[in-house]
Amino acid sequence: MGLPAFIFSTPIAKHPPTQDSVRVMASSPPFESWLRPGPSGLHCLPGDFFIDPSGPVPRAVITHGHSDHARAGHGAVLATADTLAIMRLRLGELGQTQALAYGEALKVKDVTVTLVPAGHILGSAQVVIDYNGQRAVISGDYKRHADPTCDPFELTPCDLFVTEATFGLPVYRHEPDTSEVQKLLTSLRDFPERTHQIGVYGLGKCQRLIKLIRQAGYDRPIWLHGALRSMTDYYVSRGFDLGDVPNVMDASGKLPGEIVLSPPSALGDRWSRRFADPLSGFASGWMRIRGRVRQRGVELPLIISDHCDWPELIRTVTETGANEVWVTHGREEALVHELSKRQITARALRLVGREDDAE
Amino acid sequence: MRAFSQLLDRLTYTPARNAKLMLMRNYFLATPDPDRGFALAALTDGLPVDFPLRRVLSEIGNSRFDPELFRMSRDDVGDTAETVALIWPVTEAPGNAPRLSDIVAALSKVGRMGHAALLTQWLDQLDATGRWALLKFLSGAPRVGVSARLAKQAVADAFGKSVDDIEELWHGLEPPYTALFDWLEHRAERPSLAAIPIFRPLMLAHALEEGDWQAMNLADVAAEWKWDGIRIQVAAKGGTTRLFSRTGDDIGQSFPELVDHFKFDAVLDGELLVMRNGEVAPFSDLQQRLNRKTVTRAMLTSHPVHVRFYDALEIGGEDLRGRAFTERRERLEAWHREHGPAHSDLSEVLSFASKEELKARWEATRGQGIEGLMLKRKASPYLAGRPKGHWYKWKRAALTADCVLLYAQKGAGKRSSFYSDYTFGAWTEKDGQKLLVPVGKAYSGFTDAELVQLDRFIRQNTLERFGPVRSVTAKLVLEIAFDAIQESKRHKSGIAMRFPRVSRIRWDKPAEEADTLETLKELITSVG
Ligand SMILES: [Zn+2]
Ligand SMILES: [Zn+2]
Repeated sequence: MGLPAFIFSTPIAKHPPTQDSVRVMASSPPFESWLRPGPSGLHCLPGDFFIDPSGPVPRAVITHGHSDHARAGHGAVLATADTLAIMRLRLGELGQTQALAYGEALKVKDVTVTLVPAGHILGSAQVVIDYNGQRAVISGDYKRHADPTCDPFELTPCDLFVTEATFGLPVYRHEPDTSEVQKLLTSLRDFPERTHQIGVYGLGKCQRLIKLIRQAGYDRPIWLHGALRSMTDYYVSRGFDLGDVPNVMDASGKLPGEIVLSPPSALGDRWSRRFADPLSGFASGWMRIRGRVRQRGVELPLIISDHCDWPELIRTVTETGANEVWVTHGREEALVHELSKRQITARALRLVGREDDAE
Repeated sequence: MRAFSQLLDRLTYTPARNAKLMLMRNYFLATPDPDRGFALAALTDGLPVDFPLRRVLSEIGNSRFDPELFRMSRDDVGDTAETVALIWPVTEAPGNAPRLSDIVAALSKVGRMGHAALLTQWLDQLDATGRWALLKFLSGAPRVGVSARLAKQAVADAFGKSVDDIEELWHGLEPPYTALFDWLEHRAERPSLAAIPIFRPLMLAHALEEGDWQAMNLADVAAEWKWDGIRIQVAAKGGTTRLFSRTGDDIGQSFPELVDHFKFDAVLDGELLVMRNGEVAPFSDLQQRLNRKTVTRAMLTSHPVHVRFYDALEIGGEDLRGRAFTERRERLEAWHREHGPAHSDLSEVLSFASKEELKARWEATRGQGIEGLMLKRKASPYLAGRPKGHWYKWKRAALTADCVLLYAQKGAGKRSSFYSDYTFGAWTEKDGQKLLVPVGKAYSGFTDAELVQLDRFIRQNTLERFGPVRSVTAKLVLEIAFDAIQESKRHKSGIAMRFPRVSRIRWDKPAEEADTLETLKELITSVG
């Protein structure tokens, strides 16, 4: 008995969800009778667990490792193995945990839970809950754009789709990431004497950007701020070839003409004074908007996002066939407006603790 | 259009001058005519197009996007043209994206009714950056942090010429400047300037240093007051009159009364002033007249302008720039006796017996619109730029005040990781309470080592952060040097400083002992 006592339940069978299991009944009870938005997150009553709760709960299902979704202090955690590993790196020991592979259905009390790739970061999952012939998909954070560092988003037809709306305005349309990486490489050619310091979020964006730069044929070292080390090492240990990624700390000299990745907070900070006339870039979906670029004093905006843009949001919601949509956080007003024009019942949950800027 | 919109895009985000020059240089070298010429026009005098953008956008907007979503997006983005560029639906429009020259050509031909169709077609064909650039230049000059001078500098650098060469030709040329580029690329002769008044690059002065003063033989120099206005070049020929600023911008539109009266054949150098009853008004009065596209009748009466001439570059078609200062001055005086128009006079050449007498007069003079003294070598020709050893400016000693640091903001470019822009305050009393009111902002005067110390102080004494700005505990005294203090209704303090800069950091001085607003108000230059 080396393993902890069973936490949620044992897998039933490996069956990916299909359209057949979706039955929309005119007399279905409202979703709120079994899936309830509350102050600490979405509460699944018949399964007795919370999804991405904002504070400690006895039983939590976690979509992915970002800090606004995966918090410390839960009694027991169900997530993908990668998400659990990432949480341990970030938060230390987690107490009881149970890993669930993508596509594996698990009976949890009166509901069935399946985790399906969300395409957001390594290990990110949509939580599919089947209960009494109704299906809800809680998508967490997700994107449709291909990402070489995680499994692609899988569409799961459902009755209720719970979505974020970080970029829920029609002005947010992400450019193809390859053309954004070309902007960086062009700038390196134009300013070969300047250190290119690019702000990235440490989990997901950092490793994806490195991989994209490698795919564009750049094979020089990509230097890392110390805060990006442990997650990057984890990706490497999971088989992603990121090339030479040394520590800035170990560099001798001012790194002219080199790429340095750092957390966004280190842009234009004292830390950057060690570099040769640093040119600051930022890889984020927010870089779409000029005012935000200027506000951050960014010279090289790279529009690379791990969230859906507006067309992807609309497309996904429509493709799930859901007749009810809940919007957890972001610019929910515009999305609700657009969906109601399309005869889809939409409702803003305004969940607390979700950070708008964490992307 | 793609290369041009990418250039504008990168220029808006690039703070450093050299980096901007490099981007523009590459563009002018890589882009064919006539597109690069229209791009140069857009970056300098504006493109020769007149487009009722607001009306056309409101005409086509609602057919392409939901007004409610547009409103929400506009709130998020903060700029209408940018919102339209981003929200515009992606379509597979037929045809290639238009070239910049196609756009200019189509706009010159289209009638009022065709505007909406043209704009819709272009927006469909362009990418997001292209749409943004198009809407920006249709709404007027694109503000991308590039002066006309800098754009010309980039052209000069690209083809190994001096910027003065370009300036000299500039007003004889028209977009798309094919004659200019033909000459730059050795396909044609230098364009001719015979028929029209054009800008001649100015001769500028060096600040007088103690060594210059010691070595100077007074018999060799002419002295004039340095007037507190702006430098102006009046170029008139064949019934056309142009007024140029120091950098060669045509500012005639703001001063119709001068353009109307200055009908002669000469190129003259002088100072633009606001004058009332023969007295020079404060500089702030002149500022009211600058950068206005139209001037009201009331403004013409309340803020009458005047030019005080002090040099002649050309009279009656004869180029005088190779002659000595004294000879040019004689020609200027003779010309003014005969042809001197209304709204003008000559700057007096001062006579004095000794250096001591001159110095005493310089020290005693404040007010009356005098900023200091000019010393010009009598034998010097009129030379473009800032040649050494010919003209000197001897500014009045600066005034100083001890003020308290209140806010700091991050700088740009090389200074972007430093808090280098400082707002400082002086003491005043309100309802029996002593408090500090902001009286000015300084960006310069300190050494790099002092900047590091100030930056550290600001980070360690931060009270609150507002984006790039921090408020700090009011305890550091800065000795601020400035050229003058003027009354100002626009500032809460009621005063405005001219050219404030940090002259010393008073780490030793307690904030309570800094100067009061009342003391500063006593320094207001009393000029009628
Ligand atoms: Zn996330
Ligand atoms: Zn999130």
